Amino acid sequence: MHSTSLSTLHTGETATIVAIHADEALHQRLLAMGFRTGKRVELIRRARFSGPLQVRIGTTDILLRKIEAEKITVHRA
Amino acid sequence: MKRIALLGMPNTGKSTLFNRMTGASARVGNWPGITVELLAGKILLGGDMVEIVDLPGIYDLHGFSDDEQVVRHFLHDNVPDIALVVLNATQIERQLSLLLQLKQLNLNMVVLLNMADEARKYGITIDTARMSEALGIPIFLLSAKYGTGYGEAMQAVTRALRYTTPGLAENLRDQLKPDGQIEAEMAHVLQHSVQVPARLPDNLTNQLDHLMLHPWLGLPIFFGIMYLLFQAIFLFGQPLQTGVNDLFSWLREAAITPLLASLPAVLQGLLLDGVYNGVATVAAFVPLIVLFFLFMAIVEDTGYLSRAAFLMDALMGRMGLDGRSFVMLLMGFGCNVPALMGTRVMRSRPLRLLSMLVIPFSLCSARLQVFVFITAALFSPKAAPLVLFSLYLFSFASAILTALLFKRYFPNTEPFVLELPPYRFPTLRQMVLRGWHEVSHFIHRATKFIVTGVILVWLLTHLPPSAAPASAGTLAGMIGAWLHPLFAPIGITSELTIALIFGFVAKEIVIGALAVIYGLGGQALSHTLALQLDWVQAYSFMLFTLIYTPCLATVATLRSESKRISFMLFSIGWSLALAWLASFMFYQGAKVLGY
Repeated sequence: MHSTSLSTLHTGETATIVAIHADEALHQRLLAMGFRTGKRVELIRRARFSGPLQVRIGTTDILLRKIEAEKITVHRA
Repeated sequence: MKRIALLGMPNTGKSTLFNRMTGASARVGNWPGITVELLAGKILLGGDMVEIVDLPGIYDLHGFSDDEQVVRHFLHDNVPDIALVVLNATQIERQLSLLLQLKQLNLNMVVLLNMADEARKYGITIDTARMSEALGIPIFLLSAKYGTGYGEAMQAVTRALRYTTPGLAENLRDQLKPDGQIEAEMAHVLQHSVQVPARLPDNLTNQLDHLMLHPWLGLPIFFGIMYLLFQAIFLFGQPLQTGVNDLFSWLREAAITPLLASLPAVLQGLLLDGVYNGVATVAAFVPLIVLFFLFMAIVEDTGYLSRAAFLMDALMGRMGLDGRSFVMLLMGFGCNVPALMGTRVMRSRPLRLLSMLVIPFSLCSARLQVFVFITAALFSPKAAPLVLFSLYLFSFASAILTALLFKRYFPNTEPFVLELPPYRFPTLRQMVLRGWHEVSHFIHRATKFIVTGVILVWLLTHLPPSAAPASAGTLAGMIGAWLHPLFAPIGITSELTIALIFGFVAKEIVIGALAVIYGLGGQALSHTLALQLDWVQAYSFMLFTLIYTPCLATVATLRSESKRISFMLFSIGWSLALAWLASFMFYQGAKVLGY
């Protein structure tokens, strides 16, 4: 098991969040959206032209840009 | 009077509950300690009048986003007798964090777990009695949309009104426990009262998204939907707008003119063409705004707006905007005014301001009327569609250029981490209330400004009384002559300059103004324009008309939505400068090329 960033997941892949390296404002927002260590996250789809990612945590679907997804470290399931 | 504040995360149906509680009685108002206006309504609850305030949706009480600061300052300066906390029952697992933060402030709270119907469909079970016991707060399941559980919830609120209002600490942020502690508490509460199935049923939203967000079909579908909305606003909006105009002209002929007949001519003109026309101008926007927000409510409440953000973000992100700005920009092609008001969905102020700077370049239906008339007069039927198409390209180009030039002055403060809500059906009641609130907001904020502007332009074009209206002898004519050195290099004659001064009020009246200026109408005006102007001049005039300030209503909206006169002035100044530059480059370029 090796850790990687959320942005490298493939469509349909599930992973577990191990760390979030973001500044305070982004960190707070991610927490409120349900990004917490230990939570499972699934990459649903990516937009074309390196657009945002759609991920699912529990019952919430979230859009985030690649640059933000790179700040979230995950363990592939 | 007792005060109830509605609190919760975005997309929890908080506004739906607010609408259910207050109906059409809600008004926007100012509050101590904060600079934004909030929607509030007074209702009778348990025999007493209470005021309900809809606070902006927030994710976190810690945060520094505009909305989070507004909520903190509001709570500090206007301690509510009850904080009515609305949580999305389907997302209780994560939304509980906000409730636990609020709990630390020792507010008098009642909690409503909204969208209980959706939670049931997902197979989520919540034991409200146990949760209530664990937290020491009354908690109820509710469907604000369909009203299930509403009566019971209101009874609980009425009971809670009897408690005394608590005092609040000086610095709210300091009172909050560290996140780790909240996390442990969350886990504890959830473990005993909430059950979420391990795998959610594959629902309609997933299937729809498969199509709507399809890698190849997503964008064509998006543009198709936008095209349909745009056509619908045209199709229904034009006749309604004409209807309102006809009604006002009829009223003018039948009642107002005879009533004022005894007054001196100048005063008659001022009252009829100034004040009355000003009011008529405001009224003409009403059907457009209602229609726009009817459609906007559909796009937003169904959840499609977030999908549009997903599809368009790759492109718009480079311009410092996001997908939602693009939707508003497109809607601006119908009418700039509601599109500017619609930017309120974007919660980051710099992002909103940049979007508002860009939207006025959208070639709206009023400008299209001017261009259709002039192209018909000066260009062959074969060239006319190309000319119109090129103007649309210039419209987009101006918007993109503006965004690229100014994006670094409006750095987005809010991270682009958006929720993608499931598709939902908006209710008719929600849509109608939305339209009603927006129209009353517009009338309330813009009427004085627009009427004053119309009067001012009337005075400029009709004073001194000795000069013929809109002639060279009027103040406007003098300004036109004075500005001649500026407008000659872009091929715009002094007659056309006067028309541009009129055009500041509204583009709908530009052709009418030309008719007054030349003393000719219809076919005769077309012929005269064709004789007096060459096509390069006419195109330069159209470019200028496209890019400079769209109309007084847009200016009034820029001011009321940004709440900064400096921003409004900047938008006017920049659009004038860009209009002049574009016309200059086109006119001089064409001259050099020998046209």
